[in-house]
Amino acid sequence: MKKHIQDLKVIENQAINSQYYLLKLRASGTLPEILPGQFAEVKVDKAPNTFLRRPISVHDVVYDKNELHLLIEKKGEGTITMADLQEGESLNLVYPLGNTWSIPAKTESVLLVGGGCGVAPLLFTARKLAENGIKVTTLIGGRGTANLLRIDAYKPFGEVFTSTEDSSHGETGFVTQHSVMQNLQAFDAVLTCGPEAMMKALGKMAQEQKVHCEVSLENTMACGIGACLVCVQDTKEGHKCVCTDGPVFNVNDLKW
Amino acid sequence: MVNTAVNLNGLKLKNPVMTASGTFGYGPEFQDFIDIERLGAYIVKGTTLHPRQGNPYPRMAETPSGMLNAVGLQNVGVDKFIADIYPNIKDFNSHAIVNVSGSQVEDYVETARKINELENIPAIELNISCPNVKEGGMAFGTSCPAAAEVIKAVRKVYSKHLMVKLSPNVTSVVDIAEVAEQEGADSVSLINTLLGIAIDAKTRKPILSTITGGLSGPAVKPVALRMVWQVAQAVNIPVVGLGGIMTAEDAIEFLLAGASAVQIGTANFIDPAITMKIVDGIESYMLEHGFEDVNELIGGMITE
Ligand SMILES: Cc1cc2nc3c(=O)[nH]c(=O)nc-3n(C[C@H](O)[C@H](O)[C@H](O)COP(=O)(O)OP(=O)(O)OC[C@H]3O[C@@H](n4cnc5c(N)ncnc54)[C@H](O)[C@@H]3O)c2cc1C
Ligand SMILES: Cc1cc2nc3c(=O)[nH]c(=O)nc-3n(C[C@H](O)[C@H](O)[C@H](O)COP(=O)(O)O)c2cc1C
Ligand code: FES
Repeated sequence: MKKHIQDLKVIENQAINSQYYLLKLRASGTLPEILPGQFAEVKVDKAPNTFLRRPISVHDVVYDKNELHLLIEKKGEGTITMADLQEGESLNLVYPLGNTWSIPAKTESVLLVGGGCGVAPLLFTARKLAENGIKVTTLIGGRGTANLLRIDAYKPFGEVFTSTEDSSHGETGFVTQHSVMQNLQAFDAVLTCGPEAMMKALGKMAQEQKVHCEVSLENTMACGIGACLVCVQDTKEGHKCVCTDGPVFNVNDLKW
Repeated sequence: MVNTAVNLNGLKLKNPVMTASGTFGYGPEFQDFIDIERLGAYIVKGTTLHPRQGNPYPRMAETPSGMLNAVGLQNVGVDKFIADIYPNIKDFNSHAIVNVSGSQVEDYVETARKINELENIPAIELNISCPNVKEGGMAFGTSCPAAAEVIKAVRKVYSKHLMVKLSPNVTSVVDIAEVAEQEGADSVSLINTLLGIAIDAKTRKPILSTITGGLSGPAVKPVALRMVWQVAQAVNIPVVGLGGIMTAEDAIEFLLAGASAVQIGTANFIDPAITMKIVDGIESYMLEHGFEDVNELIGGMITE
């Protein structure tokens, strides 16, 4: 797949709450083919201490409008600066980068589990799965209601469940304690992104119940294209680059 | 038409722009963004006799104008390079140069001997300056006797262009450069990364798994320029300058300081097409300032 370096125009930058925002971008020409789970390396201007690009997942793609949507959490200078981008400004992206999910053939039903901003790569995933006639169930978790993102966006693709640690929405506790998780074998695959502790716990449950499970990792990066080797994850086959061999890994391949 | 070609002691480059080892993969990683054949040369990843996994993650820490890395020479090893990678890069109409690294003299020698057999690799860059490996690496580049020993030994088995990459982590880079010249190096390149540390004040822990790492990017440019200038005055072999080059203007500053060619490193991470902009930018500079031959710029800093 050809990678591009392009300026995209900001068409909308919508604050979800004080911590998260949805950034909608438009390409001047036709968007390249993008696979669910892939990401972009975003260049942040006007942030003097942000030297490197920032890896951000593809949240959604609207091909007929050449729109690319990003869902971003304010973490530090880079992501805080991007929260102030105005309509009409441009943003330089290197994309699409990384691999995609590899669900088994004959998959009929998939569970998507997103923790906090980890729901980011799952919306385009849900859209593509649904297009292929696969049943999608989504579980969104977070500390409180403010950390449950984009619930309504997932609803057109299937049933959506929630859980919060502070009991403010859905079931109480971690996503791994949610009732849909108690019968994982109802799904052919579980795809997840979120805090590492969450993905590890979930991965372990999936392994115990012998359900295919893939996780999307967020190791820090420099180049994003397999040239610098700083983003490595220790796997059963040695160090692999999260930017090119990932970000999606089968949990069985990791040394978790 | 301006002349951008330079001659590094017999190694002819169509222009003075190369890429720096460890920042450009093996080259094909950048093919979607640039035309590799428009590079003067490109230097591939540090290659060792045996495959290496490198250091544990995390091995990168960002700084306001650069980054620390502690990759530790992760590479497939010279045999796999020859079998799997060389066939894919040997026909580019540019020069692929292999960065040869090691932890013992015998390893450097054996790797250089193997690379010497490859018809389309016209040069090696001997890395005696990697700060990220426990044994060897930088140890060879920070003492004159150790540098002399490894360069002499490699020179015996390597018949093509031998470029020696120098460490800035020394009291006198000129001393090491002079040793390289005496032991038969055809050129020297500098600088490798500057040893540094990043600490997370919140957790009170080091960010890198190895505690120390190598600093690169614009933060090191003034130091690199100074060292290139000092070395260019001291030796008669060509000097290849690098360290923090982000723009064509930065590259020209290195030429003015006395470098005959430059390498682009960390800048490739910020803009994977940067090398083409620098190639074009050097030409534009020459046209704008009335230079017909890039060689007129080399060592052209006006001091009086
Ligand atoms: C493939 C990939 C996809 C991603 N997708 C998204 C996304 O869709 N939306 C989103 O909001 N974020 C995403 N991230 C994370 C995002 O890249 C980081 O949050 C961002 O780079 C932080 O930059 P900053 O300048 O705001 O903060 P910084 O100032 O760089 O960091 C702020 C704090 O967060 C820590 N931190 C930064 N990056 C990481 C990391 N990768 N892992 C652990 N700790 C870190 C730092 O140590 C620091 O304490 C993704 C990361 C990867 C690798
Ligand atoms: C991620 C990374 C990996 C590197 N790997 C090597 C290497 O294998 N061999 C080597 O000689 N130098 C290596 N270097 C050093 C660069 O080639 C270069 O000397 C240094 O980064 C300074 O140039 P820059 O500021 O333009 O990046 C590496 C640098 C970085 C950032
Ligand atoms: S970020 Fe450079 S290799 Fe992955």
